[in-house]
Amino acid sequence: MHLGMLLEMAADGLADRIALGPSVGGLTFAELAHRARRIGAALQTLPGDRVGLIDLNSPAVPLTLFGSAIAGKPFVPINYRLADEQLRAIVTRTAPATVVVGAGVAERLGEIEGIHLITRDELLAIGADPEAKEADGWGGDAEDIAVLLFTSGTTGEPKAAVLRHRNLTEYVITTVEFAGSAEDEVAVVSVPPYHIAGVSAACSSTYSGRRIVQLESFEPRAWVDLVRAEAVTHAMVVPTMLGRILDVIEADGQGLPSLRSISYGGGPMPLPVIERAVTMLPSVGFVNAYGLTETSSTIAVLGPDDHQAAISSDDPAVRARLGSVGRPLPSLEVSIRDAAGVEVPTGEHGEIWVRGGQVSGEYLGIGRIENDGWFPTRDEGHLDAGGYLYVHGRLDDVIVRGGENMSPGEIEAVLITHPAVEEAAVVGIPHRDWGEQVVAAVVVTGEVTEDELRSHVRAKLRSSRTPEHIQFRTELPFNENGKLLRRVLRTELEQAFA
Amino acid sequence: MSTLVKPGTRYKSTVCDTEVIIVKPSSGPIDLRCGGQPVVEVGAEVPAGLALDPAFSGGTPLGKRFSDPESGLELLATKGGAGSLSIGEVPLPLKDAKPLPSSD
Repeated sequence: MHLGMLLEMAADGLADRIALGPSVGGLTFAELAHRARRIGAALQTLPGDRVGLIDLNSPAVPLTLFGSAIAGKPFVPINYRLADEQLRAIVTRTAPATVVVGAGVAERLGEIEGIHLITRDELLAIGADPEAKEADGWGGDAEDIAVLLFTSGTTGEPKAAVLRHRNLTEYVITTVEFAGSAEDEVAVVSVPPYHIAGVSAACSSTYSGRRIVQLESFEPRAWVDLVRAEAVTHAMVVPTMLGRILDVIEADGQGLPSLRSISYGGGPMPLPVIERAVTMLPSVGFVNAYGLTETSSTIAVLGPDDHQAAISSDDPAVRARLGSVGRPLPSLEVSIRDAAGVEVPTGEHGEIWVRGGQVSGEYLGIGRIENDGWFPTRDEGHLDAGGYLYVHGRLDDVIVRGGENMSPGEIEAVLITHPAVEEAAVVGIPHRDWGEQVVAAVVVTGEVTEDELRSHVRAKLRSSRTPEHIQFRTELPFNENGKLLRRVLRTELEQAFA
Repeated sequence: MSTLVKPGTRYKSTVCDTEVIIVKPSSGPIDLRCGGQPVVEVGAEVPAGLALDPAFSGGTPLGKRFSDPESGLELLATKGGAGSLSIGEVPLPLKDAKPLPSSD
């Protein structure tokens, strides 16, 4: 199936429903499709094989996504927060392309061979022009590339993940019921356009008939104001956003009465934050979604019922599920494997492998690792007896101390349960005798000593997992999507302690 | 008439507006019909003179998924229409899918 078809179905079945923007004056699904077809026709004649976008959130994002699909060219949203040099390098790799740019971007790019720029306003004007030609149907087929997303490159040179129309549409039709949203449902999109969650939000909301309102970029006060003003019912946040949203509503005491569902993902959620959220927002259903760019978004979900069951249970095994990412989607398979690629028994740690129609596991210029359709995620995890999946972090971050493998995530999860600890990160740095040693960095809100924190970890984990050194900091290095920059932290801790 | 269906192939009814796309192929050739008449591939010529069989006029709603447990066939209605889907004379059941919590 093709993204063009998703849009046609919505335009056909939900023509007069508002798709995008405010409840009064927003675009209907029929109008969204008209504008996407006009933009599609224009993109067909504009230079280049691809369509880039370097901008904040605006109606131009879904319109360029669908317009590119209609034009038969891959959509390549690029991180506008990159430093100029990196941004130019990524754009150069995207050529030949037409690139949609927001304010101030053209000046940063300068001249790049094979790159044609069009401003957001020019693009939106084409879409809004009733005289403009509309493309008929859509270009190409299900095997064509729909979206190229550059990975954040926290561990090396960014790679471009390839998502084909087949991957994205398979994800949408197997997880979302067509027109399944009630007419009053509204989703706020505050993740940036170059994040997989931004792409999947546009696709899923269109197919389910849910109106989207956008925040140019995330800022907690503006997010809360928009949710209240537009009676937003659904939101997706990354962990760092949630804590900041809770701070705002705690301070003003107004709550978020319209909100029904918050899904969170994109990194490990500290237990204290989610427990605080569930307490402060009792009428909101929480959904923990785990997925990767290479899997077209979500592959496992912990739903609202699971959250309730875990929080109200006396059984430690059930309570622990609050720290899981729930069960894999029924449309795909998950397997936990050892370093040799052999499945390990239930409960044992290993690498998370996944197989299914939405899984691409493919990178531009590198191709796809052929493992009978299985994609090794490089995430470490385990499945419990109930089929719940637990993610322990990136395999590349595993610390090997004296031959013993340990996940930073496990130690961080214990550190954060100390009442004085707000954020914690654990890395391995070189050690003469042990190969690596465990060191931690923490942000604290109360009085606590290094020894007290060490005892806290030792009481819950083996002594080998107790950090040798703990650095107290005012903040940890995160990127703008709330992803911990472990490489940066490791370098800093190595300088301090090695 | 029996056809071997491939995933991604689109078919349309010859007697109403219904169109479908194959999500999962059947294990072997099947006689997919809509409104009691064999479907044709989108883009192919529609045979003239066919009429909607009242026995298969329950309608096909847009966006619904159908699956045949016997052959493994699964499809999605990309356009709704007045005819209902069947394999031969056997009505094609709606796919029983438990709704998933919204994650994006």
